[in-house]
Formats: sequence, structure tokens, C-alpha cells
Amino acid sequence: MSTQREINMAEALNEAMREEMRRDPTVILMGEDVGVLGGVYGVSKGLLDEFGPERVRDTPISEDGFVGAGIGAAITGLNPIVEIMYPDFLPCAMNQITNHMAKLRYMTGGQLTVPLTIRSAIIQGRGSGADHAQTLIPWFVQTPGLKVVVPSTPYDAKGLLKTAIRDKAPVMFFETAKLYLNKGPVPEDEYLIPFGKADIKREGTDLTIVAICNLVLEALEAAKELEKEGIKAEVVDPRTLVPLDKETIINSVKKTNRIVVVDNNPSACGVAAEIAAIVAEEAFDYLDGPIMRVATLQIPEPVAPPLIKLMLPNKEKIITAAKKLF
Amino acid sequence: MEKGLHNEISNEKLVSLYREMVRVRLFDDKMGEFYARGLCPGTLHLSTGQEAVAVGVCANLTKEDLVTSTHRAHAHTVAKGTPMNVTAAEILGKVTGCCRGRGGTMHLSWPEVGMLYSSSIVGAGAPLAVGAALSATLRKTNQVIASFFGDGAANTGGFHESLNLASIWKLPVVFVCENNLYAISVSVKRSTSVKDIAVRAKAYNMPGFAIDGNDVIEVYKTARIAVERARKGEGPTLIEAKTYRHHGHYYGDPGTAYRTKEEVEEWKKGDPIVRHRKYLLERTIASEEQLNNIDKEVEEEVAEAEKFAIDSEFPGPEELERFVF
Repeated sequence: MSTQREINMAEALNEAMREEMRRDPTVILMGEDVGVLGGVYGVSKGLLDEFGPERVRDTPISEDGFVGAGIGAAITGLNPIVEIMYPDFLPCAMNQITNHMAKLRYMTGGQLTVPLTIRSAIIQGRGSGADHAQTLIPWFVQTPGLKVVVPSTPYDAKGLLKTAIRDKAPVMFFETAKLYLNKGPVPEDEYLIPFGKADIKREGTDLTIVAICNLVLEALEAAKELEKEGIKAEVVDPRTLVPLDKETIINSVKKTNRIVVVDNNPSACGVAAEIAAIVAEEAFDYLDGPIMRVATLQIPEPVAPPLIKLMLPNKEKIITAAKKLF
Repeated sequence: MEKGLHNEISNEKLVSLYREMVRVRLFDDKMGEFYARGLCPGTLHLSTGQEAVAVGVCANLTKEDLVTSTHRAHAHTVAKGTPMNVTAAEILGKVTGCCRGRGGTMHLSWPEVGMLYSSSIVGAGAPLAVGAALSATLRKTNQVIASFFGDGAANTGGFHESLNLASIWKLPVVFVCENNLYAISVSVKRSTSVKDIAVRAKAYNMPGFAIDGNDVIEVYKTARIAVERARKGEGPTLIEAKTYRHHGHYYGDPGTAYRTKEEVEEWKKGDPIVRHRKYLLERTIASEEQLNNIDKEVEEEVAEAEKFAIDSEFPGPEELERFVF
């Protein structure tokens, strides 16, 4: 049985890749600084030593080229993991992602499959400027053919990454750099987490809070505060946005009759917008108040810390939105 | 290129190069006819006049070797051995098509003969070829990947990134630039920093050849050098085959808004099929009758593909959401 071992998210992700590379010789890792350096956050540390330069490849700064190469490798028998340092750099490869990675299976009538996983680390709120701050997650949710994964804990990160690597469909796997050092229980025994299965991170009866990535932690903090005021909030972490576990969200709303959706993206056509629309369509009669969204402001992220605070969702904003429902 | 290399090619091969070019030509002619009859969804880009490039390169490839193609995909698809019937059906959007009516004229794929994929995004096929070559190397399959693209693609980032990646990783890729002198309407003279795109190979530490792309023998010979290099693990090569499209960019574009009629007529005189036919006859490698018989056989093959495509059904609603993941 599994022990109560605790490791951080970076270690959990490292284990996921290591285990899958041991299991399956067709799994390779490519990206900027993933080899000798072991990743700019050390997530791929030690993989070069164990698996060698054939399977763990430092690439030139050619995102279009090496994402395309990852796709070319995936459609011809390899199971590549490609790391794009930050999501802000994904646009450099967007042509390959949206026109090939997402669509080759469909466009070839199922002749080709693209078992490619792209990992990328969100650094929103770090103060590095607006082009080192975005998640761009909605772009990928809106691209048919891609699966989209947004883990918030070491346990989820490991189990979901292993599933992503084994999945025959292309997967966008969004890590959050500020969570890398967060520790949590991760069993030593192998486990996988299926896609499309939300996790209720905290049970409650009065209010549903849906959040992703690091905002799950903000939502949990908010729930603690709200409890002091007698509001029992349920925190739902979808864990994967494609496929999305609508059922768990809808069932929660049917129980609590109130919902706040928290999103690390601008509100227009964002993750929260989609979840809000689903709730409006499928659970309207159960709602005792408006669906509240707490998203980033529709502005590029500034560098000045006080402005960043105004721009991004956080515990306080979640509490404020929640209280409007009571 | 050393002159007189044709002596090394068997007569049988020389005749088969003729047959393959006729196959590509007559197939494309039929697709043009389909388009004129209003049968083709979308647009249509024909390779008429450029046949020697696809044929000369593919004649050096095994069935296991892979090809990536472009929006002008029919020539490579047919030359690589994809049956005409599934190709024609795909171009009409039929369920019997190679991509079950999801790809169409610009996105042809038939991996069982090595026709990996044609990407209609200019310059986007080369990175796929690099990845396929990496995969072939790691899986030790000894495959060679030929990546076809046009002169327009040679100015994209994807092209340059791909040449660099293939070079540093010494991958078995043959980059084939089919330089038909115009990216839709823009002449290479106005779009491209160098007279010969092949010289860009030097920047990526690989051999580059600028050749007459309307001479199927020269294409064949040059591709053989590149394919052998790749097969031996010596890395990639860039071939620039200068050619010309007889049609405009798409079927129905007269192509004379940006090219003079005289220029088009001049290039038509250098039609690669006419040239090769003349070559075979003058050297009595094949007789008039033999070549006429080939033409006739190909006409029959095209007619069968036409019947198959026309008689086939469109995909039903049950096909709509298949293969999304």
C-alpha cells in the first residue's frame, strides 16, 4: 500500500516522466534546457543521466521547429513530451499546435495519431512582464482535438502527467511554477488519474467554488475564511478542462445552489465563462443567485506588484464574490 | 552535377519515370475537370508542369520511406504510390477517400505507402519531416524522409528551424524545394534574398543543389545522392528544383496577372513530360507505340479512379465526430 510520503510538485512531475520513460522506450523529452540543466525549474533533473541524449534532448530556441518535430515523431511511433518553458512561448509554435497537433488525427480520418504531450509552466504574477505571465489556456480549450490538463497538487500532477503520456491524443499540460515547491502526499506505488474526473478538494453545502491551478489553493483559503462566517463552501477542482467533468460541477451546484468560478485567464470567452455557461444551461433552476466569475482583468499583466495584485484573482476577491450571493 | 549521369539509369527506370509523370499529369487533369464540373469542395492546386520533381524524388524512395507534402499535394501523393482511387475520392470529400472526406485536396495522407501528410500551411511540413526523421533514427528503421515545399516556404521560420534541427541532429531528411518561381503572385525575385535557394544549405552545414526541376533525370540523379547520404546516416540535403506551374496558383487562376503570357508559353515549351518523351524516343529507349500504350494505360487507371470517386458516398453523420481524439 502507499505510504504517506510527501514530495513537491516538481519532484512528482519528475517521477511521472521517469517512470513512463522506464516503462516505454518510445517516450522522449525535448525542449529548451531540459537536458543538461534539467529544466529551468529542475523538473527534468537527472533524466538526461538516466536516459541519455537520444531520449532527452536540449533543443535550440526553435519552438515552431521542435514542436513540429514532436508532432512528426508522434505520428511515426514515438511518444514525445515537449516542454515549452512558459505558455507565453506557445504562440511561437501555435501553428503546429493548432493546425497539426490538434487536427492530424481528424484530418487524416484516423490514420495518424498524435500521442504528444506539451508541458508548460505558468509564471503568472511573477512580475516579469506581460509576455511572461499568460496561461493562454482558453486558446487550447477552444481548439478541438486537444486535451487540456491543469493540476493543482503534487498528487494530481503526477497521476495526470502519467495519463497524459500514455494518452494517444495530444495533451496540453499546464504546470504552475509557483506550485513546484509545494509539498503534498504522493504514494510511492504507481497510480494514474483518469482525465475528465474532477476532484472535490473540500466538501461544503452552501456554495460551490470551481477553480484551477494555483487558484484552487486560493479557493481553499477563501473557503476557510468563509467558514468562520458560517458559509460552507465546496471547492471543485476540474483537474482537466478537456475533457471537462460537467457532472461533478452540476451536482455540486444542485447541492449548494450557488457558484463562484475562478479563472487565471481574462473573463472574455475564458474557462470561467464556459463553466458559467454550462451551469446556466444545465442547472439554472437550482441557482439562488447569479453565477459569479472571478477572473483576471482584461489587461496585460503589469510588473508593479500592487498592480498585479489588482489584476489577478485571489482569496480576497473570491470571498467578496461569494458574499454577494448571501 | 556531373553530365552524362543518365547512363547509369536503366532503360526500364527511364521509362517508368515517364509513366509516373504521365500518371501525375493525367490525374491532375482529371481533378481540374472535376473542379470545372463543380464537384470539388474548396479550392484546387495543380502541379501541371512540375511533375518531374515529385516523380524524380519519389523514384528513389522505398515504400517505407516517408514524404511530407504541401497544399499542392496531388503529385507527391500519386508519385509516392497512393492509389488514385482513394486520392480522387478524398479530393471530392467522399468517405472512401484516403482521409474519409476530412482532408481534401490539400491534406492528403496514406501512410501505408509512406505518404505521411500534406500540410496546407506553407512551411509547416518541414518540422514534421524533421520529427519523422528523428523518430526513424531513434527507432532504427533506416527510413528516409523527403519533405517537399515551395519557394514561398523557404522564407518561413519553420524552414530555417527545420534545416538547423536536421543538421545538428544529422537526420535523414531530403529537403526538396520545388521552386516554381512564384508564391501565388510574388516572384522569388521580389521575395527572396538569394538567386538560388539551395545556397541556404550552406548556412546549415549541409549540401545544397540547385537543379533543373523540369529534367526528370537530373532530379532523379540528385535525389539519389541525397537519399543515399541520408540512408547512410550522413545527414540532410537541400535540393532546389527550379520548375514552373502551367496553371495559376489555383485551378481557374489564369496566372497572368503577375506573369507574362510569353513567360508562361516559354516555360510550357520546357514541359518535363514532353522533354522526357523526346529523350526516350531520340535515344530509342522506348518506341512511340510503347509510350502511347503507357498513356493509354494511365488513362484507364484515371478513368477507374474517376468512377470510384464519383460513385462513392459522402460521409454520413455518424462520421462527424469520429477521430476528434
